[in-house]
Amino acid sequence: MKIEVKELSAWYGSHQVLRSVSMGVRENMITAIIGPSGCGKTTLLRCLNRMHELVDGARVEGEVLLDGENIYDPSVDPVEVRRRIGMVFQKPNPFPHMSIFDNVAIGLKLAGVRDKRKLREVVEDCLKKAALWDEVKDKLDQPGGRLSGGQQQRLCIARALATSPEVLLFDEPTSALDPISAMRIENLMLSLKREYTIVIVTHNIQQAARVSDYTAFLYRGVLVEYGETAVMFKTPRHKLTEEYLTGRFG
Amino acid sequence: MRLRKLADRAFTLACFASVLLVLAPLFSIVYTVASRGARALSIDFITSLPAPVGEAGGGVANAIQGTVMLTLLSMGITLPIGVASGIYLAEYGRSRLADLVAVARDTLAGTPSIVAGVFSYMLIVSRWGFSALAGAVALSVLVIPVVSKATEEALKMVPREVKEAGLALGLRRWKVVAYILLKEAKAGILAGALLSMARVAGETAPLLFTSFGNQGYAGGFLDPCSALPLVIYVYATSPYEEWHTQAWGAALLLMLAVLSINLAVRRVVRG
Repeated sequence: MKIEVKELSAWYGSHQVLRSVSMGVRENMITAIIGPSGCGKTTLLRCLNRMHELVDGARVEGEVLLDGENIYDPSVDPVEVRRRIGMVFQKPNPFPHMSIFDNVAIGLKLAGVRDKRKLREVVEDCLKKAALWDEVKDKLDQPGGRLSGGQQQRLCIARALATSPEVLLFDEPTSALDPISAMRIENLMLSLKREYTIVIVTHNIQQAARVSDYTAFLYRGVLVEYGETAVMFKTPRHKLTEEYLTGRFG
Repeated sequence: MRLRKLADRAFTLACFASVLLVLAPLFSIVYTVASRGARALSIDFITSLPAPVGEAGGGVANAIQGTVMLTLLSMGITLPIGVASGIYLAEYGRSRLADLVAVARDTLAGTPSIVAGVFSYMLIVSRWGFSALAGAVALSVLVIPVVSKATEEALKMVPREVKEAGLALGLRRWKVVAYILLKEAKAGILAGALLSMARVAGETAPLLFTSFGNQGYAGGFLDPCSALPLVIYVYATSPYEEWHTQAWGAALLLMLAVLSINLAVRRVVRG
């Protein structure tokens, strides 16, 4: 297990959004978190890299083990955790006034990497991995905000890759994109899983079926069912899961 | 149907009329200052010191020097304090102290400029005498709130997602603020800084008893210095025709300076 979630509960103020969730995330696999709106799937994802606590009044209980080490241990620096676990957001969020090159390089630059050649190498490598290189290689000095939505999202993926994380979290990465851009992102995830462990939140059941190896179904903050995607989609054990997968609610 | 069209026309006309009402005084001022000031303008006017009373010629070079000094010095004081406090209020201020700072700042923004002069008089002039520094402190008191507010607002305009993106990269908060958010907010902050520069260049009241004025060049920041608005004030209220003309000339210079700063602001904001 790359990540192990143990009895994780999360709150916004007095509102509890996660109720004692326990699950594992396997290395070099894609794990999908699905469930109806407001079920806590994004919160669960944001608990994995300690982004949840950045919201005023947010609180977490329980453990998240990354390679066996609890990231909520008081001795752990959340900044270090976020360096090892990259994140791609629902709405493409490149740094709009920063050049395409700097959007990718900024993480390394601010971490103290000065070597121009090394930076160029990493930027090219990450943009290639994100399947964006051919489209932007001649305009690396243009601002990232000028790209199309789908390109911006791939730029965000390249940016997340640049700091060489071990895990990538995708928070509904295609819900703001057109179908073709969405498909490219899905293919991208499939090619990235050789090197990275991926967790994706999606409200799109078909997407979960297409890309994920394991699926977790959340309902009202409770983990209802968790297992291999192929098995769960064919023979869900829980009635709620079946109803959700067949589109009876959600 | 016709009534609605008529109402639409009337409204458009009313809007247009009020635009004229706003523009008329502006053009009137620009025209008057330009036509009267142009007579005074010459190379000599810009490069030489004032002539003794009764003698023809002379210029306002010392006032130009003073205004440049006061503007640079007050920006040197204002920008670090204004920008830093804006950052604090936008990014870190989640406490009672922050609320207090915000209220104090917004109150300070409404301070009459003469009061800022009194403040600087008590703080600096009463101990070390009149100086450019004292003038700059008075001017800074006036515009620190402007820069602070501009910085705070510009930072708050940066989408939350952009900030989260930086934090999710595993960057320390101060680095996210310093290298990402400030960059995104640059246009707004720069606009605030330029606007306060224009304000500083044109203020008279707080300088009367701080930088005081000087018939010659100021030798340094601790000397009294002249300034264009001071020259306008003194010359315009004098009984000499020659000085009146020079006051118009100085007004034209000041107007051109402020106008070009304002144009710069527009460029910056449109980015």
